[in-house]
Amino acid sequence: MFRDAALVAGKDLRLEWRSRVTTNQVMPFAVLVLVLFAFALDPDRRILVEATPGLFWLAVLFSALLAIQRAFVVESIDGVRDGLRLSGLDPAGIFLGKAAGIAVHLLALELVLGAGVAVFYGAHLGSPVLLVLTCLAATTGLASAGSLYGVLAAGLRVRETILPLLLLPVVAPVLIGATQAFEAGFRGTPADGWRWFGLLAVFALMYTIIGLFAFDPLLEEA
Amino acid sequence: MIRAGYARPRADQLYAPPHCRALAGTGTVRTVVMEPVVHFRGAICLLERFPALAGVDLDVAAGEVVLLQGPNGAGKTTLLRACAGLVPVITGTARVLGHDLTVDRRSVRRQVGMLGHSTGLYDDLTVADNVRFWARSAGAGLAEAEAALTRLGLDGRLRDVAVARLSSGQRRRTSLAAMIARRPLLWLLDEPHATLDQAGRDLVDGLIADAVAAGATVLFASHELDRANAVAHRSVTVAGGIVQDGCTASGAAGRPAAPPVSAHAPLGNVANVP
Repeated sequence: MFRDAALVAGKDLRLEWRSRVTTNQVMPFAVLVLVLFAFALDPDRRILVEATPGLFWLAVLFSALLAIQRAFVVESIDGVRDGLRLSGLDPAGIFLGKAAGIAVHLLALELVLGAGVAVFYGAHLGSPVLLVLTCLAATTGLASAGSLYGVLAAGLRVRETILPLLLLPVVAPVLIGATQAFEAGFRGTPADGWRWFGLLAVFALMYTIIGLFAFDPLLEEA
Repeated sequence: MIRAGYARPRADQLYAPPHCRALAGTGTVRTVVMEPVVHFRGAICLLERFPALAGVDLDVAAGEVVLLQGPNGAGKTTLLRACAGLVPVITGTARVLGHDLTVDRRSVRRQVGMLGHSTGLYDDLTVADNVRFWARSAGAGLAEAEAALTRLGLDGRLRDVAVARLSSGQRRRTSLAAMIARRPLLWLLDEPHATLDQAGRDLVDGLIADAVAAGATVLFASHELDRANAVAHRSVTVAGGIVQDGCTASGAAGRPAAPPVSAHAPLGNVANVP
């Protein structure tokens, strides 16, 4: 399973290296969202600072939709899905590989956005350990849930529009938990953030386990 | 003769039915009766509610090259996809390479190679990236991928070109390379000559001959009957979701004989059948 996951993740990262979609399209989109929020809220700097954690994770969430959509569109055109089914790759391995590929993209994105909020919003990284662990847990949850719903949406004729409708309600706990944990991290009061980190870790674990078992029928039947 | 790009299957890849495996390791020589690679009886497949296969009877013996012919919409592609385990057979008998597809249609997939209408390639990856990925995903090594690239004439400047920049014929060659790198025991080809130039078509014919020489079996659909009949050992006609004639191996006539369906084989040859 892990060999197959590494193979799929490596292929997805090579696809990004060749196409530069995340670098040239998703990242600029995410930065643009941050800048537009800054323009909209700039007259009241206090609100902007207070809203920074939520705006950061909204930008991540919107960008994640693009990254997930991209990750599964390439698997659904020109018979690639049949190729995957015929390949003999373990479906659980394919799920882990797709999730890992998406997670790497999102972590790179969060690094850029983190620099963005520090520059544009003047955010102060009060508790970096909590912030980093929150990013890891939230990203794992987003990537796992995104892979699950991504493969489901990829099999539908309306795949371009259905993914946000399916995924956004499901990942609402990630948005809430990550925002709360980031607020505590920015304030420098990590004790308030660890329970939210716990929620993110449980969400990530739950969707990873569901994905390991549910990805196979979804790949087969969607 | 075994040419580059298609290695003879290893002993552990040879197909034999379960009763042969039970005798493995005894050190004796006995008659091994090979069952057909493809054995369909009354097989029905539904595409949504439409019976794309409406009771197919078909036998394909090991080492045979069988042409499926028939009009558009007759069920040729569905039959190939059913053999690959991509379409469920809802009733009837369907055994491919010893796997009962009505019980578990996934188990056969790793042993078959399918070339369909679509290429099954990642547009943004290079030719070499694609062939390597599909080879490794099937458990083959990089050596098999390189040999396949060479055999298909893709080892020159094309190997590092993104698939999106290829012509349709070059994509077809890349798909074929990805398929043969997996070293399948059963080749399922849907219009294999389509979009290829004359040299490409000759190459496909050569690949089929190589595959059969190396012990594989080929089932393919084509509308180019002159060329296809020259390659096939026999042809069957599919229409209305059923095989109308030539459904059994005994129907072969006037073509080179298929490898024997029974053989005296030292059991060591099947000792490691998975």
